[in-house]
Amino acid sequence: MKPAFSVIFLTTLIGAGQGLFLALFGADLWAPPSARADLSALLVHGSALSLLLCAAGLIASFFHLGHPERAWRAAAMWRTSWLSREVIALPLFMATVAAYGLLHYVEAGSTQASHALGWVGVALCLTLFVCTAMVYASIRFLQEWASPLTLLNYLLLGCASGLTLATAVAAVQLQALQTPYALAALVLTFAGLLNRVASLARNARLVPKSTLQSAIGIKHPRIVQKAQGFMGGSFNTRAFFHGKGLRWVAGVKWFFLMFAFPVPMLLLAVGLSTDSGASLWAAFVLQYAGLLAERWFFFAQARHPQNLYYQAAS
Amino acid sequence: MTQLALVIDLNVCVGCHACVTSCKQWNTSGSAGALEDFNPYGKDPNGTFFNRVQTYEVGEFPSTQTVHFPKSCLHCEDPPCVPVCPTGASYKRAEDGIVLVDYDKCIGCSYCSWACPYGARELDEERKVMTKCTLCVDRIYDEDIPKAQRKPSCVIACPSNARLFGDIHDPESVVSKAINERAGYQIMPEWGTQPSNHYLPRRKSEITIHPEDLERVDNPLKIDGQQPHYPTHMSTREDHST
Repeated sequence: MKPAFSVIFLTTLIGAGQGLFLALFGADLWAPPSARADLSALLVHGSALSLLLCAAGLIASFFHLGHPERAWRAAAMWRTSWLSREVIALPLFMATVAAYGLLHYVEAGSTQASHALGWVGVALCLTLFVCTAMVYASIRFLQEWASPLTLLNYLLLGCASGLTLATAVAAVQLQALQTPYALAALVLTFAGLLNRVASLARNARLVPKSTLQSAIGIKHPRIVQKAQGFMGGSFNTRAFFHGKGLRWVAGVKWFFLMFAFPVPMLLLAVGLSTDSGASLWAAFVLQYAGLLAERWFFFAQARHPQNLYYQAAS
Repeated sequence: MTQLALVIDLNVCVGCHACVTSCKQWNTSGSAGALEDFNPYGKDPNGTFFNRVQTYEVGEFPSTQTVHFPKSCLHCEDPPCVPVCPTGASYKRAEDGIVLVDYDKCIGCSYCSWACPYGARELDEERKVMTKCTLCVDRIYDEDIPKAQRKPSCVIACPSNARLFGDIHDPESVVSKAINERAGYQIMPEWGTQPSNHYLPRRKSEITIHPEDLERVDNPLKIDGQQPHYPTHMSTREDHST
């Protein structure tokens, strides 16, 4: 598939925003009494940041559309379409985060109100993760995507980047939470690495179900395409192939395997041991860059069966 | 229940692209607006087409066959492109099984094209909506057109009659008979999409020639070796023939 940058930004930005919200609500639930005093400021600023990330993702997604002015129509088919469900879940989640942040900003609500709203946010957050991942995992003939590992990948990487961001925010706002956040970020990043390596191993062993033989229904071992029906390219040659060489793709893979996982883990560890906020922020920025590469690779690796029909031009 | 479809005979398709151009002509002239044409006479001609003819070489030289393979939307009975559409712009008509896009509802997200294993959908870069074969829905029911021509444009254009059109759910239709009698098949059956369009396979063309087909056995010369007498002063049959 051709990596769509609007979608790459959408999924990575809202993933980080969702992870950050989970981190905030985790602190709201379980923060030690010593950290309670300044918690409210962290929750307000964190919610604003989470909202900002989701809004940026939402804006990025509009660039994917041919007719962004009709985007509201995309909420119609939630009964059958995961994309439609995502379109509904994202604004609902954003509204809940906004309400949650506002509640702590005006300091009006009780703890119960905050927790109730937070649990609604958690439910919407997890729903959104499932919807986003299922947009890809539900297409059965994109075999690289059609796997529960895809679901886990979106969940774990979103949470990992969100927790890394929460660590960086805590370094500025509430140092008492820096260590628990960093530990959670380390665990989630490592789990994300294990899951991503598992999906890479799975995809490396995939045998495409469709072949040129099944594509044109002629059972001969040697079929060579001589013409695809046009010479100047078409939507079919533009939208389903990344157009890069194998070395570039392998380079992107090693880049994300380094920068999405071990590099931020190292920086988190360094940041914790030396108490360096800069190192923690660098961990988030580099992990985000790594996740952009991860998402690019996620698209590039998926081999669409329609490409079988577009092997040669003349 | 009706399921309209095309049945394409690969045995007689000569790869002339008449179906491609007539499809483009009909569909670019409709009320839905022109199909994009980018650089039509330039270096990299580019544009939206609902139908393409591809060419494959099957076998190893010298025993090869050239197969021309027309490809358009297959109007699947279980179309994977329809349920993924977030707006409901992609739909399958209950009355005749044609899969269509409502261009006024389409947001151009391309998700349906990801969900079609055949690559049958093309995003029109000018109109920014997803487009595909409509089975000439604006033609086949048009009562202003003579009845014999109420068929998809590609079917009428085909000079070798390689394209048949009809209801594959009606066992008496020309398409059902062609599928049954000539081993019509579906492409990429492994995904369970049940494409309605079928293809008829190549067939070996063989004729048996007996010696008497080449040489007349009751030729009088073979009997007694006598040359026939030619009438010299009479007019013969040939003299009056023209």
